[in-house]
Amino acid sequence: MRHATLALALVSATALGGCSEGVLDPQGPIASAERLLLINSTAIMLVVVIPVIVATLAFAWWYRSSNTRATRDTDESYEGRVELVIWSIPALTVILLGGVIWIGSHQLDPRAPIPGNVDPLRVDVVALDWKWLFIYPDQGVAAVNQLVIPAGTPVEFRLTSATVMNSFFVPQLGSQIYTMGGMTTHLNLFADKPGEYHGFSANFSGDGFSEMRFVVKSVPAGDFETWLDQVRGTGTALDDAGYAKLAKPSQAVPPATYRSVEPKLFERIIDRTVAGPRKVGIGGAYSPPPHQAGG
Amino acid sequence: MTIAAIDRAPTEVPTELARGRGGGGPASKRVVVAYGFWIFILSDMVMFSALFAAYAVLRGNTAGGPTGAELFDLHRVFIETICLLLSSYTCGLGALSAERRQPARFFTFAVLTFVLGAAFLFIEVSEFAHMVEKGAGPSRSGFLSAFFTLVGTHGIHVASGLIALIYLMAQVIAKGLQAATLRRLLCWSLFWHALDIVWVGVFTLVYLMGD
Amino acid sequence: MLGRLSWAAIPFNEPLPLLSGAVVGIVILAVLVAVTAKGWWPYLWREWLTSVDHKRIGVMYVTLGLVMLLRGFSDAIMMRTQQAIAVGSAQGYLPPPHYDQVFSAHGTIMIFFVAMPLVIGLMNFAVPLQLGVRDVAFPVLNSVSLWLTATGALLINLSLVIGNFARTGWMGYPPLSELAFSPDVGVDYYLWSLQISGIGTLLTGINFVATILKLRAPGMTYFRMPVFCWTALAANLLIVAAFPILTATFLMLLLDRHLGMHFFTNDAGGNQMMYVNLFWAWGHPEVYILILPAFGIFSEVVATFSGKGLFSYRSMVWATLGICVLSFMVWLHHFFTMGAGADVNAFFGIMSSIIAVPTGVKVFNWLFTMFRGRIVFRTPMLFAVGFIVTFVIGGLTGVLLAVPPVDFVVHNSAFLVAHFHNVIIGGVVFGALAGINYWFPKAFGFTLDDRLGKASFWCWLIGFYLAFMPLYQLGLMGMTRRLQHIPDPSWRPLLLVAEAGAIVIFCGILCQLAQLYVSIRTRERRLDLSGDPWNGRTLEWSTSSPPPAYNFAVLPRVETIDAFWYMKRTGRHPAEPAYEAIEVPRNSAAGFITAFFAVVMGFSLIWQIWWLAVLGFLAAATVVLIAGWRIEREHEISAAEVAQMERASEVRHPA
Repeated sequence: MRHATLALALVSATALGGCSEGVLDPQGPIASAERLLLINSTAIMLVVVIPVIVATLAFAWWYRSSNTRATRDTDESYEGRVELVIWSIPALTVILLGGVIWIGSHQLDPRAPIPGNVDPLRVDVVALDWKWLFIYPDQGVAAVNQLVIPAGTPVEFRLTSATVMNSFFVPQLGSQIYTMGGMTTHLNLFADKPGEYHGFSANFSGDGFSEMRFVVKSVPAGDFETWLDQVRGTGTALDDAGYAKLAKPSQAVPPATYRSVEPKLFERIIDRTVAGPRKVGIGGAYSPPPHQAGG
Repeated sequence: MTIAAIDRAPTEVPTELARGRGGGGPASKRVVVAYGFWIFILSDMVMFSALFAAYAVLRGNTAGGPTGAELFDLHRVFIETICLLLSSYTCGLGALSAERRQPARFFTFAVLTFVLGAAFLFIEVSEFAHMVEKGAGPSRSGFLSAFFTLVGTHGIHVASGLIALIYLMAQVIAKGLQAATLRRLLCWSLFWHALDIVWVGVFTLVYLMGD
Repeated sequence: MLGRLSWAAIPFNEPLPLLSGAVVGIVILAVLVAVTAKGWWPYLWREWLTSVDHKRIGVMYVTLGLVMLLRGFSDAIMMRTQQAIAVGSAQGYLPPPHYDQVFSAHGTIMIFFVAMPLVIGLMNFAVPLQLGVRDVAFPVLNSVSLWLTATGALLINLSLVIGNFARTGWMGYPPLSELAFSPDVGVDYYLWSLQISGIGTLLTGINFVATILKLRAPGMTYFRMPVFCWTALAANLLIVAAFPILTATFLMLLLDRHLGMHFFTNDAGGNQMMYVNLFWAWGHPEVYILILPAFGIFSEVVATFSGKGLFSYRSMVWATLGICVLSFMVWLHHFFTMGAGADVNAFFGIMSSIIAVPTGVKVFNWLFTMFRGRIVFRTPMLFAVGFIVTFVIGGLTGVLLAVPPVDFVVHNSAFLVAHFHNVIIGGVVFGALAGINYWFPKAFGFTLDDRLGKASFWCWLIGFYLAFMPLYQLGLMGMTRRLQHIPDPSWRPLLLVAEAGAIVIFCGILCQLAQLYVSIRTRERRLDLSGDPWNGRTLEWSTSSPPPAYNFAVLPRVETIDAFWYMKRTGRHPAEPAYEAIEVPRNSAAGFITAFFAVVMGFSLIWQIWWLAVLGFLAAATVVLIAGWRIEREHEISAAEVAQMERASEVRHPA
């Protein structure tokens, strides 16, 4: 009994101490809405689950064979009214949840732009082995393993991977989205206020996966411009040679920035991924005859 | 009286009534074997469905390579289709002969089935070889990978069927047309007809719609 | 000559796999030596390895599952330990290439070589007995299924000492699993061992669907079948409908890897999203294949140990069939974050929560079975109560995950890991353990020691909660799955609690092993002479313990649900029936020998020793052709022999 109390105390202490910096500590409207959904859905279900658990333990205890006070009715195995209730309770719960799911999925669709009174900031994200490249196509700079964004501005992400499937995730800002080679996925996030948040890959991608972490810095709008100027003044250019060097496998890469970026680098990375290595397999060397123009 | 009550009421319900609801006791060996084989064929159809699905997804992914329209020779496909469909017909005739315990007729139709099936395979393999020679092999693009795998898997099934046919013909020679060999021939015919059905799907979705 | 195989494949410079491989090798060698020294080979060959008796095959499946549980669990405790140690600046003892193999092997082994064999083994043992028939529809095929599953298990274990295992996770998503990113043999071990055992599983599915639908005792209409048989039917229908998808998917990945095709590659028109869809189109039905028989076991256990018929048998059946069908309509919930769009996500989210309805109905039915019953708390009933409470929590988190925006923040996190262990341990493992304790006396003629059984239950229950509740918390705190190194020291206390939980589960496993050992040693005290130790309701309890090879001398005539309970209540037994001769299938070495050659073929394919692979395949095919040549597959037990065996058995029918 003493051991049980001790265990319970230990577990509660650790549980209560761990509410910060995760899904339960949102720093943006998307994450807040998602947390609300989590809490509401849990509450709806607990209304059914808690009585079921209590009933299970209660019935198990009360109807134990040594209990002389319990009424027994070992012939009963069907009762229409109970049957109706048994089907209705889960059905009604699920209908309610179904509504929550439909509405929530549409309101929190990652592709949906976030309304705001400023123009969104566009960021292109490329997952590499094993670091994150953030390109600011409109500002002409790039960064590795750090994402600086102005607070109060919606951020419109286009994401891809130069290698294998990863998942871009900043828990305190909201939804994650897969990044896949040769494809573009879309995400929209918004940081309410200045702060620093953790980001990482949420889909296993190989040996360097655990270290594939980045920091998100939400800064006041003016500071963002200052940061851009600073980046443009230092560091190297992300040209073809620079990208080739970056794309080589490396782990636990410290944050860095690039003063300039090849235009349309994001699109070119996708094209390059789709083109693939110059390897030819069985009968793979087909070239269309010169006179044919399409189908 | 509720249904639950009927189930609880003892001898008033004669077993004959139960037979319509599956209460007739264990089925005969022939029924069980055929039934089991049908389920196997169902599972094979599921596998083909997955390959069809892959084909549907990848049919447009020609990666700058050739499309179906550029590669398929519908005349040859028509001939191989006729071969396969005819082989199903001869297979049916062979099955009837076997049921009627007519070994000579059975062997004739079995050989015809084999020849027609082999002709189908020959045409298909030469089509594949031709495509590979042109550089339009399975590693050229996602579309071609899906094409070769779907059509090729069907072809491997046909080839296995032909080998099995020879094996079963040998069994009939050794043991005659008795209950056990008839059961096995029945299963073989089911297999062969099922391959026909898959081919109709391939013919339509891949070749006809690829144009 | 030997393909890619060379001495470099053996991990001479890696102490952990080398030592564990050496230990396992020595244990296996010791067992083989002991068996040879005691002259047990003829017995083993005749009574077990070539047996086509569903009861023996069931026992061997369960044995395989329990042995592989030890391997899968050692992977688990290695991961827990690494995550408890490698926090902040500490690096732990398992560098990423090893850790990645450990979690990939853990998942693969637990699903395919622990959970599946346990569930299939219990279905093998009990279903024909419950149906009142002599064996499954295709006994030789049943043996082939068992040995092909064992082949897969052997191949995976070989990867520990010859080469390495996949480093992709148990799902093997491309492009990571493609040759470009996984050039070594690891993914090939994964693919070939699962393809081979997959054939075995598919054959089981065909076998049991045919058995349950076409082979039942006279008078056993569909709605007089025991609920376990209904859940077995649903699970096997799912096997038939889902496993071929996995076969096709793995075929495509193998073709990508070895013939340079482009199903799932990044380049030349491959589509990695298609793998994810196909994999989970199999994967979701797979988890229902695992849980439905567990539900069935609990239905039997709760009814038997409450001394009361299952509440609302019909709605149980409809709920089971509903789950069976619905399980094919929810697969996208495994990848809401792949970006399918709100309409698609919402549809699959709604379908996924709809599946909670029949599941909820089942829970209520179990509750109302207990209501006003007379509950006896033997080990299986403890597992049943523990299951209901635990599974309901797991179901709650599952429905949470079915809400796409919620999933967006917990997908692939420790929260997800906690959820699926919640339902798999709370559901499948508890179900298997309950089933083992429940049917053990029928299989071996004596009950298992109940005290040690209860001890193992409490260790598993407490251990599970300690090990996995912290993971829910950690997932919400931002911990993703498959981390070899923990970045945030504030997670450490929870990870230590999880480690403690793993150790408590280990104690549970030790209790189980002790239970087996002690029960065998003291079996004289717990002999099951009546064949009905639990006052059961279904037909298997009407046979002796263990039953004769032919199960029933005369097939029972069934008139109600819970046929045996009714027979006991009304005392409907003929004094001595007119015995007839019984045909019993002969033993067959086909399964064992085919599997041997399948090992040769699989190993050669993995290491690209093409000539040996071809030889292995031809040998296996030859065995199949030879076995298929036989017409006479049964031998007859005369009526006199049957009468003798029946009189000699100690079953006393209740008056």
